[in-house]
Amino acid sequence: MAARLRQERVRTLRLAWRTLRNPLSLAGLAIIGLLICVAALAPLLAPYDPLRTDIANRLAPPSSHHLFGTDQLGRDVFSRVLYGARISLRIAILTALISTVIGFPVGIFSGYFRGRVDDLLMRVTDMFMAFPRLVLAMAIAAALRPTLENVVIAIALAGWPTYARLARSVTMAIREEVYVEAAQAVGASTSRILLRHILPGVVSPVIIQVSLDMGGIILTAAGLGFIGFGAQPPTPEWGLMISEGRNYIPGQWWLSTFPGLAISLVVLGFNLLGDGIRDVLDPRLRGR
Amino acid sequence: MGAYVARRLLLAAVAIFGVLVITFFLSHIVPGDPVAAILGPQAPEDVIEELRHRWGLDRPIPEQFLLYLRRLAQGDFGQSLATHRPVLQDLKEFFPATVELATASILVGVAAGLAVGILSAISRGSWLDHLVRFVSLIGLSMPVFWLGLIALLIFYYNLGWLPGPGQIDVYLLRPPWVTGLITVDALIARDFEVFRNALRHLVLPAFVLGSHAMVGIARITRASMLEVLGQEYIKTARAKGLPERIVILRHALKNALLPIITVIGIYYGSLLEGAVLTETVFAWPGLGRYATSAILSQDFAAIMGVTILIALIFSFANLAVDLAYAFLNPKIRYE
Repeated sequence: MAARLRQERVRTLRLAWRTLRNPLSLAGLAIIGLLICVAALAPLLAPYDPLRTDIANRLAPPSSHHLFGTDQLGRDVFSRVLYGARISLRIAILTALISTVIGFPVGIFSGYFRGRVDDLLMRVTDMFMAFPRLVLAMAIAAALRPTLENVVIAIALAGWPTYARLARSVTMAIREEVYVEAAQAVGASTSRILLRHILPGVVSPVIIQVSLDMGGIILTAAGLGFIGFGAQPPTPEWGLMISEGRNYIPGQWWLSTFPGLAISLVVLGFNLLGDGIRDVLDPRLRGR
Repeated sequence: MGAYVARRLLLAAVAIFGVLVITFFLSHIVPGDPVAAILGPQAPEDVIEELRHRWGLDRPIPEQFLLYLRRLAQGDFGQSLATHRPVLQDLKEFFPATVELATASILVGVAAGLAVGILSAISRGSWLDHLVRFVSLIGLSMPVFWLGLIALLIFYYNLGWLPGPGQIDVYLLRPPWVTGLITVDALIARDFEVFRNALRHLVLPAFVLGSHAMVGIARITRASMLEVLGQEYIKTARAKGLPERIVILRHALKNALLPIITVIGIYYGSLLEGAVLTETVFAWPGLGRYATSAILSQDFAAIMGVTILIALIFSFANLAVDLAYAFLNPKIRYE
């Protein structure tokens, strides 16, 4: 058992090292690092209060005073984009946490106990998967009332089946390992087997999957904000900002353009990292 | 095979029923009263009560659900609270626009995706391959709705090359309703001006909605082609002196198709998701916009109707993928 865990840790380290040596995933990591810094330091970096309106100076084009211009209420778009990083990062992290917290137990129970439990739980995941993720999230977000917290809950509820499925298949493989059989033979309790022997093996594939999905989570959240099911004004959420700026295209293009660039950059960061990880895991796909 | 299809259909039916239950109870716990919302704040209390009673909204939710199921079994989807028309009629009207958009998008996605994927596979490691990979990563990272806005900004407002939002220009009359697909109906009516106009209106939304599918298909095509190109029989084909074009298209692509088909199916399903956003940007009168407004106005019957339709399409797309898989690869035997 200890040997296997050590082996697992070595493998994870090697994976991390190989991912870091890939220039593309390094670029992705740099972008994600930038996102985290901007989110943490937004109050220091932002030249203006993101909520302060200045009607006299509304819809001002980008200039040295307002790098990204001002919006329909005279708020500084640059400051709002910086503060938006906090919101996106929080949504992504919380969503990933909640959907794995639901997905792990369902998948592990399903894969370990098999039979009736498995059938029942997998039918439940079928129901959730019989539906496009955004549409399901829309319905849930509307039922719960559109707020930022509910966006997180909605996307997590729509997204957990993927992790449950993955955790299930990994559990089914680990369950057949000799050390699990040994633990059963010496009379270890079921909860001990699940927590000490199964869970550690399930964690890393699921975390890798989550990191691949991060970009998608941010896009879904922005989409919900865009159609009005997410953050509400005056929150500086990127999707909502694009939606508000829509009415000012083509004249005041900067309202929608900059928040969209911010989303694209952040998602690109996660996609680059994800691509790097996939390269390491599946060398057949490698470019070189 | 027959048993497999039957089992899959049964599972799909169970899943769709589950979706029905979830959506019904979700949409009925929404705070707020749709009747009051429709009648306005000045409506007298007894009128509101009367309507609530007539629509069965005053009964317990499980009872309402059974009532709904009974009507559904008779083909009655109920009446939309917002449009005051039967939901089925609404769906018939909005659905074709989405089909037209999704089909155009998947055509764009498949054609461009296959071409780009094959090109990068045969020029593996070259600057072209790297460029394609980088551009497609950027494409995947852009929100569909933002891409749509930027496309409108550039190609409609600034360059004026393509028409703006909507299915046809406002001064044109829709062709008589036959299939509901404007391009097809225009052809049937031999109205080529409308046909050209509708086709031009399709270009931007189809490219925007098809962009993610295109990237996905290009990537899987590249990977799948690379795997096949390393096989012995490709060497044999080349050694026989076959022209490279034949080797690539007949020998390699045919065998690389299997994973590609799966991805195409997956993307056709996910187009529904993108359609919600793309239709909003391009003022496209389709299912996505209908669903959005139904959810926003708490229109129970309409929400349920759209839900059933989307779940049906999604399930059948998945089933079709698996069947195509079995059909194309005789090695796969389903029990």
